[in-house]
Amino acid sequence: MSTQRKAVSLISGGFDSMLATKTIMEQGIHVEGINFFTGFCVEGHTHAIRKKDKEKPKRNNALWVAEQLGIKMHIVDVIEEYKDIVINPSHGYGQNLNPCLDCKGFMVKKALQWIQENDFDFIITGEVIGQRPMSQRKDTMPVIARESGAGDLLLRPLCAKNLPETLPEREGWVDRDKLHDFSGRSRKPQMALAAEFGIEEWAQPAGGCCFLTDAAYSKKLADMWQTRGEKRYELDDIMMLKVGRHVRPRPHFKLIIGREEGENNFMQGYRKQFVSLKTVSHAGPLALIDGDNMSDEDIQLAASIVARFSQGKAADEVELELRSKEGTSTTMKVAPMLADDMPEEWYL
Amino acid sequence: MNIHQLDARRLLCPLPVIRTQDRVKALQPGDVLQVTCTDPGVKNDIPAWCRINGHEIEDISEQDDEIIITIKVGDIS
Repeated sequence: MSTQRKAVSLISGGFDSMLATKTIMEQGIHVEGINFFTGFCVEGHTHAIRKKDKEKPKRNNALWVAEQLGIKMHIVDVIEEYKDIVINPSHGYGQNLNPCLDCKGFMVKKALQWIQENDFDFIITGEVIGQRPMSQRKDTMPVIARESGAGDLLLRPLCAKNLPETLPEREGWVDRDKLHDFSGRSRKPQMALAAEFGIEEWAQPAGGCCFLTDAAYSKKLADMWQTRGEKRYELDDIMMLKVGRHVRPRPHFKLIIGREEGENNFMQGYRKQFVSLKTVSHAGPLALIDGDNMSDEDIQLAASIVARFSQGKAADEVELELRSKEGTSTTMKVAPMLADDMPEEWYL
Repeated sequence: MNIHQLDARRLLCPLPVIRTQDRVKALQPGDVLQVTCTDPGVKNDIPAWCRINGHEIEDISEQDDEIIITIKVGDIS
């Protein structure tokens, strides 16, 4: 009796990893999914913050894909280990602070570790040559296989025919003829394959799956590192970069100003970590002050900016509550800053 | 059967799923895990995770801003 071969599939929740997984399942391989949570994943948590997003369907697409395919899914917290990838990428960043090549190598390396611990045979991904400018090029895909240590245990079913044979093909665990030769950014071959499999629905994550590919997000992260004088972060830091309007009026402090009720509610949970301001005479946002050694003048400036984003922005005076991290509060009155007095460069 | 508690409040998805997954690994089939969360996304994600991994949702209740999901651990061998 032949041995049942087992593969783990890196499932992002997108279309390609779904098709790659199905391709291998069709060859009688037992496949389970794996998904790595780095803290920067767009998938998942950010829609839980903003109230305007509350009515949108909330689902984790990686779990959804696993359920559609009828496979198990393992979600792995790699937040701590991933920091080194973001802070010191050996292959550098892409257009923003996205370390795509290092990231993919890291994930394949973690998958290799997982198959060794769980007695699986090989790893599959939904990569397609030419689809991503950094990590999915003909010259960089071998780098991922080599630097991750996976070598020929890494099979990319959607473009395998454009790549050298891997161990699962050589050993006959999978039939190379039934793998694919997709390349480039066209989605037509994927659509045709989906039709062949009877797959009619798939997730289409807008703007990619990682916040580090987002220019606005990367600008805020770069600002945070510059202010700190070193590249480091905690999970709360990178969460806060996703929330609110970030305004830095002085080098030593910035304001995180809630843009709507959902964000204000989320930020309430951080009032023990930040000094905060909240308008009381008019409806308005909660703002967290990220910075130390604030002078009275700085506080006045911060309050006038926060007042500018309240419903009292046209009033002569707005009253605010200033609350310390310890919970003691005082009130203050300021004139709201005029829009013309807020330089564009203050906005991060 | 033992009843276990997991506090996943203030965590945003997928962290409540990951914490649930890691906790369930240490439990026995038939054990019950009650997970308390605040991210409404768990109402989809934890049941989906349970369905694909062979566990049973016994109850989902909401009180104020908290969601309590009761899971019966399946045979995961």
